[in-house]
Amino acid sequence: MKYTLIAWMRDKPGVLSRVAGMMRRRNFNIDSLQVGHSETPGISRMTFVVDGNDRMVDQVIKQLRKLVDVTRVENISEQPIVAREMALIRVSTNAENRSEIVQLVNIYRGEIVDVALDSMIVQIVGSEERVASLIDLLDNFGIVEMVRTGPVAMARGQMEHKYRRSTAVWRAQANGRDATAVERFRTGGV
Amino acid sequence: MPKRNGNTASASPETPVRMKGAQMVWEALLREGVRVIFGHPGGAILPTYDALAPYEAAGKIHHVLVRHEQCAAHMADGWARATGEVGVCIATSGPGATNLVTGLATAQMDSVPVVAITGQVPTNLLGTDAFQESDVVGVTAPVCKHNYLVTDVNELPLILKEAFYIAREGRPGAVLIDICKDVQNAEGWFRYDFEIDLPGFEPWPQVDMEAVRKAAELINKAERPLVLSGHGVQLAGVGRELLQMVEKAEIPVVTTLLGTGNIPESHPLSLGMGGMHGEAYANRAVQACDVLIAMGMRFDDRITGRLDSFAKQAKIIHFEVDKAEVGKNVVPDVAVIGDLAETLPALLPLIEERRHQVWLQEIREWKKDTEQADILNYEVDELIPPFVIRQLWHATHNAKNGPPIIVTDVGQHQMWESQYFTHEYLGQLITSGGLGTMGFALPAAIGAQMAHPNRLVWAVVGDGGFQMTLQELAVIKQEGDLPVKIAIINNGFLGMVRQWQQLFYEKRYVGTPVWSPDFVKLAEAYQIPALAVTKPEQVAPALERALNTPGPFLIDFRVKEEVNVYPMVAPGAAVDQLIRRPKPAVMQGYSGVQPSW
Repeated sequence: MKYTLIAWMRDKPGVLSRVAGMMRRRNFNIDSLQVGHSETPGISRMTFVVDGNDRMVDQVIKQLRKLVDVTRVENISEQPIVAREMALIRVSTNAENRSEIVQLVNIYRGEIVDVALDSMIVQIVGSEERVASLIDLLDNFGIVEMVRTGPVAMARGQMEHKYRRSTAVWRAQANGRDATAVERFRTGGV
Repeated sequence: MPKRNGNTASASPETPVRMKGAQMVWEALLREGVRVIFGHPGGAILPTYDALAPYEAAGKIHHVLVRHEQCAAHMADGWARATGEVGVCIATSGPGATNLVTGLATAQMDSVPVVAITGQVPTNLLGTDAFQESDVVGVTAPVCKHNYLVTDVNELPLILKEAFYIAREGRPGAVLIDICKDVQNAEGWFRYDFEIDLPGFEPWPQVDMEAVRKAAELINKAERPLVLSGHGVQLAGVGRELLQMVEKAEIPVVTTLLGTGNIPESHPLSLGMGGMHGEAYANRAVQACDVLIAMGMRFDDRITGRLDSFAKQAKIIHFEVDKAEVGKNVVPDVAVIGDLAETLPALLPLIEERRHQVWLQEIREWKKDTEQADILNYEVDELIPPFVIRQLWHATHNAKNGPPIIVTDVGQHQMWESQYFTHEYLGQLITSGGLGTMGFALPAAIGAQMAHPNRLVWAVVGDGGFQMTLQELAVIKQEGDLPVKIAIINNGFLGMVRQWQQLFYEKRYVGTPVWSPDFVKLAEAYQIPALAVTKPEQVAPALERALNTPGPFLIDFRVKEEVNVYPMVAPGAAVDQLIRRPKPAVMQGYSGVQPSW
């Protein structure tokens, strides 16, 4: 079964390699992993999809929480969530099939972001199924090049604010300035 | 939840002092109460070594020069295990730092607080494959609790404080700080009175009293309860509370290797060690109990044997401070998460006074069966290792400077020591349990001896493991004749591997016969008095002489080759499916050595 996890962690070089290293070392199987900024300066947010069973996911979460740089981990597999992927697809075209492809892309609410004489780039954002199904369709015309992200996810509904923890030093560094002496000595967490 | 002298910000703020990064290291160490460090200098750590001079001259911090950096980590480890404080080791970049890896992994696996400080090439050379550069943070990340690369001198004081905090708090572990050479030379403001704020570090989880109550309920209803206690009991310092609890409810106790001595092994409720080389009755008790109370242990494969047949009949209660250990190998019925120093005293008043005579009688029957087959009950005409270990106990348990700290290496002698030496107090045995690092004993014994100069410290070591780190004999001399006593159980083989080859690989002894130098002459070369022992009757006089000789002493026990450690649970077998001790052909009345049970 596939599980969707979200982890918040310090935005600092090396943290991704710590997380990835732990996953590899403990033989956890990651389907996909997306990292980006979160709403809190100094904290980045990672969306994982892991393949396994309940006990394995329990271990993944606990081992993630043991990493000092990881501030919070949530398992949102059981909750209603919004999960979106994005793909850029360069599909080969000619004069005859160009309009047909445009029609298909419109049905899927994708966008044509670049057009050349022999090909065009299609951008699609959506659930895993929607992206996969458009890719299947476009494959009939010949996909020249493709890049696809894993899902980023958020739980629906109300949310508590408690996992926005960061420190003044982390925020300062994320904003591209050195922490002031006051910040550094009051809050710690270099 | 800050606890135990860790996270304290002083009321009056400290005035920052301007100093070099190198000096900050020593200032921080002083404030952490570090008196002795173990290390080896080199180019990238030289500024820090240079800044040590005034501290050493003032007698504030003593540096012990090791002969190999791995042993610096082992010595810091031995120091930490003997004192409960954080052990500190220091090395240079590149090879110095990579040599530390085995020692750090050993400490981390056994939850020992160790801080390692390493030099790194200057920041402008980072990532250029400079001379003696290696990615130490990357290399050590999987074997450390946390680690740091310091590229800014202003971050150094806080990183130093965080490192000690992380190493010490919660489940202890190894932390490494890699400091670039230019950072050591750069000047910055030093103060040490921060309050540490680490949102992602939860060393002491909140205790759920509901879980404690549930655990007490299960224990009170149990007819055949059993405690399985591990290193956590020692780390939390709750040996007394554990004893109170098991006496109140009359619960027998099995320990893990690192839990040895959690309650005195001479106590009627102690069943000694369980697991792969645990006594048959201890393992049978695990497989027959109705409530298994696991305390501060992590269900390692050496204690559980085959997981799917481990204590299936029992309700399992797991007391543990590290959440990730709960449900990792064995899923408990009740998990009591939190510091044992909190949960066990909370549990005590909820436990009813009970007697379990039927259950204990059953175990006593199993014990009798073991005694029948035990080596201690018959005359010894050859020098066999269990006899040597038992004699060591006889010679030392009433020693004038108190019962000894025993430091064992890894292999057969380690198991014999845990079986035939009666450990009476918490932390009496120092050994590498998790990682199983050969070569651990001698440096760890030196570390323990440095921590307790007046205590009796014995390193018990095999001929194989001793040759991995014997160069540290020089440290014994350089530190002014440290009174470490060394017993080499010399059987001419890598004994434990040979035993596996005998049992599982049809006696094909590939790579296990060991040629050894004359250890007595070797000791002489290091100016350490030594003796060789070849006959059983020489054992007691030799031990006597070692104890009466001030300073170090080495005894080379040339024991019978090809003796096996029994009982043994074959890897992957259930813990009650053991290979028992072969029954001796002739049972003779034995005088002199009384069996410990």
